[in-house]
Amino acid sequence: MSPSANDVLTLAAAVVLVLSVLTLAGELLRARVTDDRAHPMIETYLTRVQSWWAMVALLGLAVLIGKSGVVALFAIASFAALREMVTYTTKTRADHLSLALAFFVVLPLQYAFVGFGMQSLFGTFIPVYAFLLLPVVSALRGAPGGFLVRVSETQWALMTAVFCLSHVPALMTLDIPGYAGRGVFLIVFFIICVQGGDLIEHGFGRRLGRVQVAPGISPKTREGIAAGIAGAALIGAALAWATPFGVAGAMAMAATASAVGMAGSLVFSAIKRDRGVKDWSHLIPGQGGFMDQLDSAIFAAPVFFHLTGQIWAV
Amino acid sequence: MTATVPATPSRLRRLAARLTGRALVLFVRLITAARAEWEGVGPVPHQRVYFANHVSNGDMPVIWSVLPPAIRRRTRPVAAADYWLKTRMRAFIGPEVFRCVLVDRRAEHRTEDPMTAILRALDEGASLILFPEGNRNMTADPLLPFRAGLYNIARDRPEVELVPTWIANLNAILPKGEVIPLPLICTVTFGAPVALRPGEDRAAFLARAAGELAALAPSPERLADAGEAAG
Repeated sequence: MSPSANDVLTLAAAVVLVLSVLTLAGELLRARVTDDRAHPMIETYLTRVQSWWAMVALLGLAVLIGKSGVVALFAIASFAALREMVTYTTKTRADHLSLALAFFVVLPLQYAFVGFGMQSLFGTFIPVYAFLLLPVVSALRGAPGGFLVRVSETQWALMTAVFCLSHVPALMTLDIPGYAGRGVFLIVFFIICVQGGDLIEHGFGRRLGRVQVAPGISPKTREGIAAGIAGAALIGAALAWATPFGVAGAMAMAATASAVGMAGSLVFSAIKRDRGVKDWSHLIPGQGGFMDQLDSAIFAAPVFFHLTGQIWAV
Repeated sequence: MTATVPATPSRLRRLAARLTGRALVLFVRLITAARAEWEGVGPVPHQRVYFANHVSNGDMPVIWSVLPPAIRRRTRPVAAADYWLKTRMRAFIGPEVFRCVLVDRRAEHRTEDPMTAILRALDEGASLILFPEGNRNMTADPLLPFRAGLYNIARDRPEVELVPTWIANLNAILPKGEVIPLPLICTVTFGAPVALRPGEDRAAFLARAAGELAALAPSPERLADAGEAAG
């Protein structure tokens, strides 16, 4: 059974409708508010919504191309994220070859394993083989200074930017009874719930929140996070028809993905603070880098993938 | 030297040079996502000498790529004749694609004083890209001592803005001896112009200019350098 054209159209129409409402709301706020202090927040919000339009367009194009299009899209996103992370990791000239291998061999192979549905290699290639072999390549250059820090940071970059993120297209490879060929709906569900939760957290928490969860690292507040997770659960319920989860299951999955995503965003904020940067790069206009957009999806993807696999797949 | 540069290249050669230039800009952007930060000056077509740190053969193409096209068209890198005239390929890319001002670093081979060529290019209205360290910096220090050329320009052409230009991360992207460039993000930071002060001597001016340039290095790179020095 392939995804019926009707469902695809319904989902696309819903996404366009939601983004249109968000854009309209932002524009109305921008027109109404004259208080100078409030302006930067509205501008941030609007640029975020704009980048979602772009993301929706790209994802829509990838879905039209098919499975290979989605895999290629996330491979490119991984490349951009890895580039941003490795720009700030500790490395010396002795790591040049192992880093080149990470970019030009490990990353393409990981996405090839996703594309060809090679489940076992997909799950072990980076955590086992790259983990063990790349330090050997660095060690053969014979420069021990800061060795453990260097290889650890390289592996951390690969795990997050490539391994974790590749779990998003891998959702299409799960074998769920009665859901064959509809894996792309899971990706859309996952992205909308995680990003929606982030948006609600950002919008409510920064203004109404009181208690910061990690002062000195992130402006995230307890109230904002709670609102974001609850909002994600509601979005999940509204989109339950597109998933194999059922309404209660969809709410739980959406809330879990959103919560783990916020945790990821917090962890990447800590890294940025440590390295003294506000954004990972400036590649997405007005937005920062790919990593700034993807940090929550990176943490949430493996959890969402494995929960789905363990509970609903055969 | 085995290659020579035609005095008046044909239209076809000029077109090939322009297309090669476009391709190089695209390649640099794909690999390094190179980005300009105009901190001390704006990207305006004032006549300038962009003087930069030199750690990699990629330095000059990166600065050249991040300049806005209108400024890039009138900006010429000052480069070593012994390097750019070695093969026919280089003799095409250096003098014709980048329109390098070629100077000979080897005094015994010189037919012309390097300063003469540099000042002539300035008098023709060009802006320049200059690496005042002379050679690629292979040391742990941020900069090598500057050669005298920058001082001579400041003294002889005081109306030209001398803009310190820091290239971050290129030493990690393509260290000497490596073939595959790492796709890391590279930034080029343009600082406030440095001018010769009344009564300032050569050594003091060059030291001050080097200080202004080194101060542009972004802090993450200073962290990475500290890690490398510890290693």
